Amino acid sequence: MTAVGIGAGRARGVLRRLGHELARNPTLTVGAVVLAIVVVVAIFAPLLAPDPTDAGNATHPLSVLQAPSSAHPFGTDELGRDLLTRVMYGGRTSLQIVVEVLAIAAAIGIPLGLIAGYFGGAVDQVIMRVTDIFLAFPALLLSLAIASVFTPSVGHMILAIAVTWWPWYTRLVRGEAASVVRRPYVESSRTLGVSHARIVARHVLPNAATPVLVQISMDAGGVLLVSAAISFLGLGAQDPTPEWGLMVSQGASYFSTQWWYATFPGIAILITAMAFNLIGDGLRERLDPKRVLSR
Amino acid sequence: MTLEVRNLRVSFGQRTVVAIDALDLGDGEILGLVGESGSGKSITSLSIIGLARSLGATVSGSIKLDGRELTTLGEREWRELRGDRIAMIFQAPISSLNPVMRVGDVFVRALRLHGASRAQARDRARRAMEEVVLSPQLLARYPHQLSGGQAQRVAIAMAVALRARVLLADEPTSALDVTVQAEILSLIGRMRLEEGISVLFVSHDLAVVAGLCDRVAIMRAGQIVESGATAATLRAPATEYGRELIAAVPRLGDAHA
Repeated sequence: MTAVGIGAGRARGVLRRLGHELARNPTLTVGAVVLAIVVVVAIFAPLLAPDPTDAGNATHPLSVLQAPSSAHPFGTDELGRDLLTRVMYGGRTSLQIVVEVLAIAAAIGIPLGLIAGYFGGAVDQVIMRVTDIFLAFPALLLSLAIASVFTPSVGHMILAIAVTWWPWYTRLVRGEAASVVRRPYVESSRTLGVSHARIVARHVLPNAATPVLVQISMDAGGVLLVSAAISFLGLGAQDPTPEWGLMVSQGASYFSTQWWYATFPGIAILITAMAFNLIGDGLRERLDPKRVLSR
Repeated sequence: MTLEVRNLRVSFGQRTVVAIDALDLGDGEILGLVGESGSGKSITSLSIIGLARSLGATVSGSIKLDGRELTTLGEREWRELRGDRIAMIFQAPISSLNPVMRVGDVFVRALRLHGASRAQARDRARRAMEEVVLSPQLLARYPHQLSGGQAQRVAIAMAVALRARVLLADEPTSALDVTVQAEILSLIGRMRLEEGISVLFVSHDLAVVAGLCDRVAIMRAGQIVESGATAATLRAPATEYGRELIAAVPRLGDAHA
């Protein structure tokens, strides 16, 4: 009974603090609200979309390239598919790409950075020189080169982007970890007989994580744009997969006469990337220790 | 437990920072290791607990704990020994605790690491806190919510709860103000009487050493230049350096003389 009471009280406290935080930090709030809308629309696309079958292979020869109307608010494409439906479903593809790329990049980059920063010496040298090699290539070009080797698909595109993305996290985490390792509590946990693995997981990671989390949130918009660019160039998602970059590419050839085809997916990219960037900026502002000092 | 150090050489590259021919810590004894900054006191205690190598030092010689050679132990054997038999406390008690973990979590984890069950660990943590005259409620706090004296007592409580037999204290009172210092010193003295632990007390503060230690060893440039019973050694140092070191302690009234 009491445990439940405490749990509920703590949850209320967290909610109240979250409320305060959002009120104080409009950048974060606007970004979070816009992203929440995009996520909800993407998740509930099967319920919200006017015609869910249009997310796939459907063709409607009688309604090809129609201008926006009450029946098709965003118009239709060259196969007569409802563009509002495809933009909604495109959100699913885009969010999946962003989440998976960042998860893979973090899963590779963070452990490598922790190892390099914690152990230092030769291990550090080897890991950091490999990341330097990756960082020496322009990320988008490297992604394109890798994507072009495989058959174009969303999965291969995710891999191609993730491969160029992790070195940033390795470098960032390595610097943080190297500074945390010098702190007395790491030494004192060693005098208690704690193993290296546990020290890294329990003591180094939590104290080195903040800048990486901020960086990951700021990168979400970047990943979205890179994936849209790769799909635009035909090396990513393939029709009938609804993907915003691909839709812009397909719509581009009709742009002078059927403006809506490329425009609405483009606006979706713009809004979502902006929401990600606002959240990233808001988080950075929130977690910046200098902000506390300047208040 | 007794500690027997023979021919200990610790060097960084070409530079030898510690060259101790013999250093003994008897069962239930408090040995003061004094000397100026950079004389190798801290690196000596880190060598004894097997952590000097991870700082990049080369260590040779023999360190025996109750006759068991420590210098040849592997990482796994060391981990079992550290905390369990030998514990160490540091100069900066608050920053020696992970800021993102509650004190109780650190405590319970340390005990579980050495084989206690969760319930046992909680129970032993509470009792150890009481032994060092701290409220067990402090276990729910984060390190920054403790005072320096409280944090240092938590560190000692942890060593007590782990039932460590040898405590390496690396300037445990240098960062604390004088009244808190006195509390920590009397606590260490009491632990020795009640638990019979042996203490290597590293300090540059001769007054503190005079009040606490049975014997004292004076270090200079990595070597032990003189050692003996505390009172005799501090009253009548046998070496020139010992005399200089003791003459360097400021006394009340000196300014007027």
